[in-house]
Amino acid sequence: MSSTPRIDSKIPTGPLEQKWTMYRSTVPLVNPANKRNLEVIVVGSGLAGSSAAASLAEMGYKVKVLCFQDSPRRAHSIAAQGGINAAKNYQNDGDSVYRLFYDTIKGGDYRAREANVYRLAEVSTHIIDQCVAQGVPFAREYGGTLSNRSFGGTQVQRTFYAAGQTGQQLLLGAYSALQRQVGMGSVQLLARHELLDVVVIDGKCRGIIARNLISGALERHFGHAVLLCTGGYGNVFYLSTNAMGSNVTAAWKAHKKGALFANPCFTQIHPTCIPVSGDHQSKLTLMSESLRNDGRIWVPKAKGDSRKPNDIPEDERDYYLERRYPAFGNLVPRDVASRAAKERCDAGFGVGASKMAVYLDFAANTERYGRVEANKLGLQNPSKSDVMRLGRAVVKEKYGNLFDMYKQITGEDPYEVPMRIYPAVHYTMGGLWVDYNLMTNIPGLYALGEANFSDHGANRLGASALMQGLADGYFVIPYTIGAYLSGEIKTKAIATDHDAFVKAEAQVQERIQKLMSIKGKRSVDYFHKRLGKIMWDECGMARNKTGLTSAIEAIKALRAEFWSDVRIPGDAMNFNPELEKAGRVADFLELGELMCIDALNREESCGGHFREEYQTEEGEALRQDETFSYVAAWEYNGDSAYTLYKEELQYENIKIAQRSYK
Amino acid sequence: MSNGTMNLTLKVWRQNNATERGRFETYNAQNISPDMSFLEMIDVVNEHLIQEGKDPIAFDHDCREGICGMCSMYINGRPHGPKQGVTTCQLHMRSFKNGDTIVVEPWRSAAFPVIKDLAVNRSSFDRIMSAGGFISVNTGNAKDANTILIPKDDADLAFDAAACIGCGACVAACKNASAMLFVSAKVSQLALLPQGQVERQARVLNMVKQMDAEGFGNCTNTGACEAECPKGISIENIARMNREYLKASMD
Amino acid sequence: MAQYKSLFSGSVGQKFTMGLTGLFLILFLIVHVSLNSLIFLNDGGASFNAGAHFMSHNPLIRVLEIGLFAGLIIHIVQALRLTLKNKKARPLDYAVNGGKFNSTWYSRSMGILGSLLLLFLIIHLANFWLPTKQALIKNTEHNTYTNLKQVFEKGYIVALYLLGVASLFYHLLHGFQSAFQTLGLNHKRYTPLIRKAGFGFSVLVCALFAAMPIALHFNILD
Repeated sequence: MSSTPRIDSKIPTGPLEQKWTMYRSTVPLVNPANKRNLEVIVVGSGLAGSSAAASLAEMGYKVKVLCFQDSPRRAHSIAAQGGINAAKNYQNDGDSVYRLFYDTIKGGDYRAREANVYRLAEVSTHIIDQCVAQGVPFAREYGGTLSNRSFGGTQVQRTFYAAGQTGQQLLLGAYSALQRQVGMGSVQLLARHELLDVVVIDGKCRGIIARNLISGALERHFGHAVLLCTGGYGNVFYLSTNAMGSNVTAAWKAHKKGALFANPCFTQIHPTCIPVSGDHQSKLTLMSESLRNDGRIWVPKAKGDSRKPNDIPEDERDYYLERRYPAFGNLVPRDVASRAAKERCDAGFGVGASKMAVYLDFAANTERYGRVEANKLGLQNPSKSDVMRLGRAVVKEKYGNLFDMYKQITGEDPYEVPMRIYPAVHYTMGGLWVDYNLMTNIPGLYALGEANFSDHGANRLGASALMQGLADGYFVIPYTIGAYLSGEIKTKAIATDHDAFVKAEAQVQERIQKLMSIKGKRSVDYFHKRLGKIMWDECGMARNKTGLTSAIEAIKALRAEFWSDVRIPGDAMNFNPELEKAGRVADFLELGELMCIDALNREESCGGHFREEYQTEEGEALRQDETFSYVAAWEYNGDSAYTLYKEELQYENIKIAQRSYK
Repeated sequence: MSNGTMNLTLKVWRQNNATERGRFETYNAQNISPDMSFLEMIDVVNEHLIQEGKDPIAFDHDCREGICGMCSMYINGRPHGPKQGVTTCQLHMRSFKNGDTIVVEPWRSAAFPVIKDLAVNRSSFDRIMSAGGFISVNTGNAKDANTILIPKDDADLAFDAAACIGCGACVAACKNASAMLFVSAKVSQLALLPQGQVERQARVLNMVKQMDAEGFGNCTNTGACEAECPKGISIENIARMNREYLKASMD
Repeated sequence: MAQYKSLFSGSVGQKFTMGLTGLFLILFLIVHVSLNSLIFLNDGGASFNAGAHFMSHNPLIRVLEIGLFAGLIIHIVQALRLTLKNKKARPLDYAVNGGKFNSTWYSRSMGILGSLLLLFLIIHLANFWLPTKQALIKNTEHNTYTNLKQVFEKGYIVALYLLGVASLFYHLLHGFQSAFQTLGLNHKRYTPLIRKAGFGFSVLVCALFAAMPIALHFNILD
């Protein structure tokens, strides 16, 4: 057993609205001359990584950025479609920092930290300012002001967007700020590099071991601080909306070196994805939540109805979200929408060839838009086809790229027939445990963005991931890192021939050798797919004790099989994507077990975590606030051995209630 | 949905690293579903190669939803294959017929050296961005977003240019391996916005200078880049960049 | 000031040179084709010869002629430099090239078309420009119209000229609008007009150029 880590969230004292302001005014600073001697390693180049690296370099720190992709611009933040929330209240619809804070805590089903979330809501407004200043081309109104749209789980319009490519535009903004620093020599960029271990010296994180993915060579990098901005671990399910390369490796290596892993079972299953079409499927594609603004979700009222969607008359359709949740309708939070879709399909009302899909139908709103357009044009009694044609043009402007993507993938035209959608793994709320400073329990090791657990509780609201990534990178870490680094100004750069570096590299080398020498019969993907199936079946949208218990055993067995039968072609000292995958899947095979352990431990339903044993009569999630109002932070104690630490959640500013969207 | 699977012959460029000579190898892809993406078809081929103890085909890919710009295959003479407006990952096998022979090559450009097989190194694009593809605004210096009013048409045009995913298909398609479409898209986006005005002249001069230093060819206005761009970036951007360059040079 | 250098160097600057000299040569074509057209007045070459005399004896034109040759040489040298750089930008070509799917063949063949034009130009200069110059040096009177008729008596020369004109046609078809694009003269409304004008110009100029040898060879005029 390693030493007991203290769970101290280091939340500043004082009233909620004053915490961050007071903190910022009192946090120790590092003077410019000292900053030049302090080295920071940023791992990952998505919204959190790029924005943190650029901001820290602007402040004067010496920064190194690693990403496994060929360019920082390719990090998976790029794929976020719908938008980014900010409490600007530009729409004059009653939005405020408090309301964004409240919506986020409630949306997270009361499993997030108040202080962190309030800070997130506070800095959200600055993010939009910063991005606009960088030249991010957000959607605009004719008067030249910024445009907003609505997202799930809220009743205000606070989502800023750039067509269906908001993540792309925000990332390119952060990437350009990063490349500016690279050009100035303040950031050293190491693309196609993957972290394979963190180096801890005297209890503090002092660097990393990375593999150059082109040459295969292992490298040692020293840093006074290391920031893991490495995203989520949804790919443990094999099929997810994550990029193929998205992985848990960096976070997992940190975990195995002592960092606590918090709420690993909190997984977000996104309700609107393109359904699986066959065994060949390598990934799932999301259809933005913004589509739920204008699409109505339904299934036939009759079980096993095999008529074409357009042949099913209005009164034989069940708009089940509108029926069950009249107040929020199609805009209920993601976890609620996903479960409702699963419930309908499991009950035999699913549509499409697989019967594991529901319809997302734009006809009603297309017609509504068409009528508005017809009125604008002064058309008297326009024909239905004219109305639909005009309406389609409006829909095209709003969602054209998404509709094209859908058509590309399915071969069906969503302007003519309703989309078929089904939930898919999308985001992981769990991650490395961090305190208010975003520091893990290993001093000097930080986790930002999706890689940490801190802001979304048991369910993330739409358009909040981009907000959190950029908040952490632009506006939180530049302040909070000073709290630690101000104490490190006397620490000289440690030479990488230090024992700890040599030992860590030797261990990494040994593991690679071991993987290469198995020379079994099965490909890495074979194991990954099997792991994904176990996870989806037993630790997916609905979980229960029996399933989770059996999944833990099944994963252990699969892991043993992997380590005796995986086949990795080629050699380690070359560009070798199979070897990269193998290392990542090996880590997923450990993480999957911990996720099941966590899900088994949490005997309640909350947000994305639905334990079948704990539900209301109407099938809604039933929290157990008395016993489970805590963050479950797990410590690694060797193979399959984990110790649970609890961070109790205190709600001083919000009254905990049963979440209701009815 | 079609149930008929197909059998295809692939001729794929194999090259062990940047310095070794490459060659074509022929593979059979069998029982390919028309619903597979092109990359999923390559996954199937690779699965067989691994089973046979052979080296699988190395290729770049990541998001597989057409936005990260990582995938980069030159298929039957065209970047991202026969379908317009899509990346390789969004090209589906229903675009091919049973019995087809498909030739797959990497992007070929001196500025994009081959790493292995179909994967190339595009860090030249990053260096061009470092030369000027930004607005110099440090974190924390921004004023309220709505104090900058931008006409919707300008914002839309800037967005169209900003939609570039940096995949390099423009370079691959151009007979001169020119990177003008990529560079001009960024120059245009920032020239169209009020925030980009301060550095407007230095930006275009520096980015073009870096583009030349990377060894890209020159634009001869064939329009191949625009035709093959998966995001439909217009060559109007190249004209705008030329104009910007002209103004900057004369000022 | 240092920036002026960038105006003529680097990929964009070198392209400006191509575009500007190209447009300058296009202006010359207008003069040339206008002069040629004088034969269609059907006055036994009188107007044509008068024009030719003016062109060969007017001091201003003779200065411009030097400019014309300079423009031509710059156009050629710059094209060669750019072509070499372009070749270096793709050391190893594709095994399968699908250029036909994304661009016109003549836009991809400006180098070949230009080279054909140059060969044609050498023959053309030997046929007409050289005799005129020789006469000028010897201070003898030169009947260009007669010269024309003699040259175009031979069928293979007419065929050669038609080939030259065809090269010119395709070179112009791409070059005309390309020059505007290169100089940044691009506009949603006007670019389609420029394209149409370029097409019209190429057809008209080349038709007139082609008509001359045909008319003279088949004695259509007399």
